[in-house]
Amino acid sequence: MNEAIGAVLMTVGVLFDLFGCVGLVRLPDVYNRLQAATKCVTLGTCMILIGVTFILGIGSAGVRSILCAVFILLTSPVAAHALARAAYLAGIRLWDGSVVDAYAGHEQRDTEVETS
Amino acid sequence: MAVLLFAGFLCLYRIAKGPSAPDRTVAIDILGTLMVGFCAVLTWTTGKDFYMNIGITWALLSFLGTIALAKYLEGRNFDE
Repeated sequence: MNEAIGAVLMTVGVLFDLFGCVGLVRLPDVYNRLQAATKCVTLGTCMILIGVTFILGIGSAGVRSILCAVFILLTSPVAAHALARAAYLAGIRLWDGSVVDAYAGHEQRDTEVETS
Repeated sequence: MAVLLFAGFLCLYRIAKGPSAPDRTVAIDILGTLMVGFCAVLTWTTGKDFYMNIGITWALLSFLGTIALAKYLEGRNFDE
């Protein structure tokens, strides 16, 4: 039973990873690529790790797998946020079809905070 | 496993082709997370535990590297 659950979780996780990387190649913009790839690949990798835990049981590898999943869930959004902010501040423009730029007015305030 | 490797090659394509530096940084970050999943699959197929250690270390180093690259990118401007 545990192996069946683990196999299903790993299959869905691998498919999430694949679709995230397809989004990384197909989408037109840094920010679109970032949000598609980060969310899909984070969820997919966490599902693979939890599936491995289901298959191997709570042993030395299973506990490390859960630890790794928690670590990725904590750090991947932080890294993506830092990257998006860095890309915006580095002057990468949004795609022409983008509708709203909610961060546009905040540039000046951020630089003031950084210099003070 | 083959699907994960194919996804990794898609990331490598974006690293090679990406028009700007943040594109490549995003692809490197995603490739690191993918390889953690690949290490987990290797742990299952080979039955050897130490692949999970490699995965944890890879996740940590990938996070640190991404933060460092983001800080580096913030400090400079691309004048057009």
